[in-house]
Amino acid sequence: MIARLFNFHGGIKPDSHKNESSSLPIAAAPLPPRLTIPLRQSVRSAAHCLVAPGQRVQKGERIGAGEGPLGTDVHASTSGTVVGLAPCAMAHASGLDTLAVVIEPDGKDEWIERRAFDHRAVPRETALRYLSTCGIVGMGGAGFPTHIKLGNGHGIETLVINGAECEPWITCDDRLMRERAVEILSGAAILHELIGARRTLVGIEDNKCEAIAAMREAATRLTAPIEIVAIPARYPAGGEKQLIRVLTGIEIAHGKLGTEFGVQCFNVGTAHAVHRAVHHGEPLVSRIVTLTGNVSHPGNYEVALGTPVETLLALAAPKPDTDRYLMGGPMMGITIADLSVPIGKTSNCIIAASPALFPPPPPELPCIRCGACARACPADLQPFELYWFSRAKNVGKAQEYHLFDCIECGSCAFVCPSHIPLVDYFRFSKSEIWARERELKASDQARERFEFRNYRQEREKEEKAAKLAAKAAETRAKLSGSAAPNEAAAAAADDPKKALIAAALARAKQQAATAESGHMAESNAGSPAAAVPGANPDIGSRRERPHLHDSDATS
Amino acid sequence: MLTALLVMTGIAIVLGAALGYASIRFKVEGNPLVEKIDAILPQTQCGQCGYPGCKPYAEAISNGEADINQCPPGGEEGIRKLADLLGREFKPLSEEHGEEKPKSVARIDEQLCIGCTLCIQACPVDAIVGAAKHMHTVVPALCTGCELCVAPCPVDCIAMTPLPETLETWKWKYPVFDLRSAA
Repeated sequence: MIARLFNFHGGIKPDSHKNESSSLPIAAAPLPPRLTIPLRQSVRSAAHCLVAPGQRVQKGERIGAGEGPLGTDVHASTSGTVVGLAPCAMAHASGLDTLAVVIEPDGKDEWIERRAFDHRAVPRETALRYLSTCGIVGMGGAGFPTHIKLGNGHGIETLVINGAECEPWITCDDRLMRERAVEILSGAAILHELIGARRTLVGIEDNKCEAIAAMREAATRLTAPIEIVAIPARYPAGGEKQLIRVLTGIEIAHGKLGTEFGVQCFNVGTAHAVHRAVHHGEPLVSRIVTLTGNVSHPGNYEVALGTPVETLLALAAPKPDTDRYLMGGPMMGITIADLSVPIGKTSNCIIAASPALFPPPPPELPCIRCGACARACPADLQPFELYWFSRAKNVGKAQEYHLFDCIECGSCAFVCPSHIPLVDYFRFSKSEIWARERELKASDQARERFEFRNYRQEREKEEKAAKLAAKAAETRAKLSGSAAPNEAAAAAADDPKKALIAAALARAKQQAATAESGHMAESNAGSPAAAVPGANPDIGSRRERPHLHDSDATS
Repeated sequence: MLTALLVMTGIAIVLGAALGYASIRFKVEGNPLVEKIDAILPQTQCGQCGYPGCKPYAEAISNGEADINQCPPGGEEGIRKLADLLGREFKPLSEEHGEEKPKSVARIDEQLCIGCTLCIQACPVDAIVGAAKHMHTVVPALCTGCELCVAPCPVDCIAMTPLPETLETWKWKYPVFDLRSAA
């Protein structure tokens, strides 16, 4: 039993708007006519395709194999036929396309053969690899691969299960905890064993009374040391560092991670997915999505991954004055430009926005340096300083002021009396810094390659010169071997190049001489050697002979 | 009087020896300014500045032979950084040296390539692979976009293609203040 709760700095209390969608139980969303399953699940990880168009796939069949250490596998979320590979818009602020497998469901929803996995019977690495092949990633928002977060199996004292769900409007974790508390805790117990923690704390905001009751009830049936803790509802209590602070009192320093302080955090949805994977042999193929906002029938649905947002929205019946749709919460979510975007592993909520519910922000006014943002910042930053530096594009300075500790929660922009879109400035600065780092890396590589090329050219030149010198030395050796060293040989010893030229010249003369002596031979029947005055009988090679002839002629 | 003189001379000798030792012990090889300038330059090795590579241009800047506004790939930002480093005034990019273009990479039309190896010899960063009478190709990840391979190609099969925006390279835009909605 933990003795007391702690407090994190800042935070805000926006209207929660949870009741709209939290009253109805989770319903299964019907399968769309076509599923679009992106091979790239997040910006940092990609997968390569394992299926071909026309191929029949079953529910849970692997259709993509994760690439790189951060890659996780991708699975078909229902049975059907692969229609093809096509680019589809990604649930990302850029709205850029990514390659996706398009599946036409056959309506049978047939599973592959499912077999429970005994994580206790195998080495830890095998269990982690199993989670990666089941495509388990963090379902709270970042989508970070769970097998990486489980680390090396030691150094983690406390496992935190995040059921805070602090953002307004979203209720998918709330419903999940109310209805599937046993499964979540069973998944939490598996994570607990795999990470080697001593205790597990489940943090739930105190505005979710039913969820807390259901989870506590489920926890009594468990032997694992799992504790359900109700925490005060304040945005962003569900932020990793903030939740760790509230539950354990550990303040994580700037630029550090929870693991360095012996704490690791997983979302309740992730714990549920781990339970399905381990005890039922089911890879991650569906998730709970909240449909809310300006709609007639808000609620939570269990959605097959790859379902386009537009077909899903039909279930909730958006009202006619809806002007845009948000994916994620109103604080941290993104506006989706293209409604064909498929539901991914981290798409927790779709909000229909109308001018009445989400009035357009008033125009940005100058910063009056009131400091309200600094009082609201849960990451202990000074957003006004970051804003000035970002606005001036002085991103290096922003980085010095711990820009990368900003969790983009939007609390600062929420309280700003000048309506400055602070988070937009911070996002701009962050991506600018990443771009510069990429450029720097590329230019360092180019410099290295350029220098190596210069070195290689220099080396080749030297090798050529050395080869020539060796050849010249050979010539010289042959010359000095001759019985009558003469001026040419002496010259050759001084300058191998000159000697070579002389040799070539002499060869030409020799040829001319042979031609001449050939003529003479017709009359004299003398040998070419005899025709050469001062010819030495010791001369072995035809090549050297003209030399002597040449030097004799010149002397 | 004499004591004072001796003391001062003594101090002078000791300090002189210390300075002399330090100048040998902490001697800096090469010009550190050249390294700093070179770190700012984009390393495209394109020669548009009139020097055979970024390092020679950096040397020329540090010797005062070249101006800071001769590097088109570095662009305005590069000039600003150089001006900051050298304590000089910013000046716009010199027109005779070219203009700032979006980063692009060379692409060989493999149908047309005759395998002459001229582009391979021209590439300053060895980013083109191929052999005589065999097709050549550019490794896009290594290409700096210097365009030095374009001119030597006898069959004009090399084109510069701008890099498309991908999820890895996508950037958040600078927040724009919409004047019309404010009015």
